[in-house]
This record gives sequence, C-alpha cells and structure tokens, in this order.
Amino acid sequence: MAGFNKVVNSYEEAMAGLEDGMTVIAGGFGLCGIPENLIKQIRTMATKDLTIVSNNCGIDDFGLGILLVDRQIKKMISSYVGENALFEKQLLAGELEVELTPQGTLAEKMRAGGAGIPAFYTATGYGTPVGDGKEVREFNGRHYIMEESITGDFAIVKGWKADTYGNVVYRDTAQNFNPMAATAGKITVVEVEEIVEPGELNPSEIHTPGIYVNRVIKGSFEKRIEQRTVRQG
Amino acid sequence: MALSREQMAQRVARELQDGFYVNLGIGIPTLVANYVPAGIEVMLQSENGLLGMGPFPTEDEIDADMINAGKQTVTAATGASIFSSAESFAMIRGGHVDLTVLGAFEVDVNGNIASWMIPGKLIKGMGGAMDLVAGADNIIVTMTHASKHGESKLLTECSLPLTGRGCIKKVLTDLAYLEIEDGAFHLKERAPGVSVEEIIEKTEGKLIVPDNVPEMTFA
Repeated sequence: MAGFNKVVNSYEEAMAGLEDGMTVIAGGFGLCGIPENLIKQIRTMATKDLTIVSNNCGIDDFGLGILLVDRQIKKMISSYVGENALFEKQLLAGELEVELTPQGTLAEKMRAGGAGIPAFYTATGYGTPVGDGKEVREFNGRHYIMEESITGDFAIVKGWKADTYGNVVYRDTAQNFNPMAATAGKITVVEVEEIVEPGELNPSEIHTPGIYVNRVIKGSFEKRIEQRTVRQG
Repeated sequence: MALSREQMAQRVARELQDGFYVNLGIGIPTLVANYVPAGIEVMLQSENGLLGMGPFPTEDEIDADMINAGKQTVTAATGASIFSSAESFAMIRGGHVDLTVLGAFEVDVNGNIASWMIPGKLIKGMGGAMDLVAGADNIIVTMTHASKHGESKLLTECSLPLTGRGCIKKVLTDLAYLEIEDGAFHLKERAPGVSVEEIIEKTEGKLIVPDNVPEMTFA
C-alpha cells in the first residue's frame, strides 16, 4: 500500500487480523447491500466467538446465516432475526446470545460510535423491555433512555463504487446501514462492484469519505433477493 | 359485519392528507397505499432508507438493490430520495413523518401498545416499530378488536411486553374506529351493521360511548 491507496487484491488480505472473540459490524438490510464475500471469508477463516452487529442475520445458506453453521457467532446485536432455522435452533439451545435493539437505535449506536459519542438519549424503548436497567432522563416532560454507542474491531461494508482512496458510493437501498457501519470499525473493509481512480467520483456525491476506510476490494456479487414481488407490466 | 382487511385500509386512507409523508407497516397498513384518495399526493417512507416508495417492479425492473422495509422488491416513485438507516430514523425519531400506520397485538386506555413480543413464542425482534411509535405524533393502529376466542385486545392495561408507552391516540379495529384520551377509549365510528353493544362487550378497557355512533360507509 502506498499513500492513500486502500486497495487489496485478495479476501485473505481484506480480512487479515480478524481474531476469535472480536466484534464485527456489518452493513446490510435483510440480504440487500450485505458484504456477502467478506462474510464468506469469515466463514473460510473459521473465526469463533464473534459478536456480530447487524440489523439481521441472513438466511440459512446466505449472508450472515452461513456463520451459524460452525457456530462462529457468540452474540448477535440486531433488530430483527430468525429468518433462518439454524438461528432459531441455536437460540433455543442457548448457544447463541441475542441483544434485540430497535432499528433506529441500532443505526444511531453505530453512527454515534463512529462519531466518538459514547452514548445518547432516545425515547425509543422507554417503558419497554429494551429500557430495562437503562438510565432514564426527563427532558421537556418526556422520558428518554440512555443508549451506549457501538464500535467494532472490524466493520464490513458493501459499496457500489469506490475509488482507490476508499471514497465510497452506495447504490439505491443497498445503502441502508453501510455508511454507519463504515464509520464504526477500527478496521473498515469495503467490498464494491467497481473500483475507479481518484477523481472519477464526484466529491459532492460521495457517501462514505475515504478517511473511514482501511481496505477496499472489488468483488463479484450474487445479490440474492429475499422477497421477489412484481406487478404485471 | 366486521370490516374486511381492504375496508380497514380504505378507512385508514381517509386520514391521509395532501402532502403527507407516511410510513406504512406490514400487513393491513401496506394495503392503505391502494386507497389513496383521488386528488391528493402522499409520499411513502420505508424505514430501510427510501422516501417515495413506488409500486412493485415489473419482471424486467426487478433490482436486488431496491427493496422496502418488508424486504420486498419495489421501485422508487418520481421525486424519491434514498438515504442511510440513520437518516431514515432521524426522520422517524425527529417527528418528521406525518402519519404512521401499524399493527398491534394489544393497546390500552393509556395509549400503550404491545406489538412485537409474545413471551414463550420465538421472538424475532422489534425491527423499527419501537422507533416509529416513539417518534410519531400521528399514529393509527390497525388490529382486530378481539382474538379468535373473543378476548378483547383493547385493554385497561396491556398484558404483553410493550412496544411503546403512551404513544397511541387512534385505533381502527375490524369493528370500530376509536380514539384514546384521558385514560379511555372513545368510540367514534362503528363498522356497518356492528352494534354498539357488541363493541362494548368486546372492549375490556374503559369505553366512552356517545349517544350517536355513526356507521362507516364504503363505496
């Protein structure tokens, strides 16, 4: 690597340094905009006892669900899980810990983590099981709970295009949690469909500035669809 | 006759106003999009990061990068914008969405709502529901008035773990439209052919019944 060039040429290199027990923040919503090849690389590396922060946990044979096969995940921090039979089985057997977190709170935990804000107050979850044991403060007559932010040892992100400096743009709703995830990793790895030269992306249209990004790799993507819904054309 | 799912969606759609930004939950709320009254424009917000959700794509238009919060493939309407999850929930939590429509298991006289967790059953998660109920001022809950066994879901106090506290003011059931105020349900309208007595019988929480309860009409 030279200067600001973040490009790596293998998935081994992309995930180098991932160890047992680490926390990995992953972008994606359902199967949309997930770093599918970086997840496959974690499966290949057989890293164990991972804490995964991601809105969902994929399905049985795609996305984060594949990390359940060899019980690589110790804990999931997610807003909605259980689209996979294996997940349900491991959860009921007590082999998997789940911290259910409201979706907006999860996004904000990542955003705050990346922005150096250790905690924030939100009305979301007050008076519900999510608020149990959390500090409550009243502002202007309304109750808020304190939520702590999240950072990860790694963040794994799926972008559309990046330049070699690690500036990233996302495509359509594949953006979702990816920009926040990108800010919150000690090592942020972005896989994209296309890598371009610096200057080819419009600076005003960059979603994730390269300062957050440590490694960029070009991948090829299956982009599986979870709920195929159509109208008659 | 209790309202059909389509009639419930039709009734909710009458609450839409020109220029509203609206978040529709999964199930009956989704159907509301089919009954936007003529002559008004609304923009649908999908919490995965889309403001201006269009119809489902044709077979040729399908794009894995373009989904809604139900993970269904969708299109973007003209004038749509797409953004991150944090931006999306800033809109929701910041109170910028004009109307939120979502389902529930139970609501109570204090505006509490339970919609995400039944102890003993597999808990999949709350998704964005807790953010939506905490962030929105104008929420309509759509639900059946009573369970299949006739047990009321409009209660003095929710029995299931809550999604939000003190945040619900409007409820449309298959039997009635009610508003919640001052610790009671206020009966505003009844489904065609449904008697006030039936609604009273199936409402466990305190219910205020005015002398005249108009019947909903459907074209």
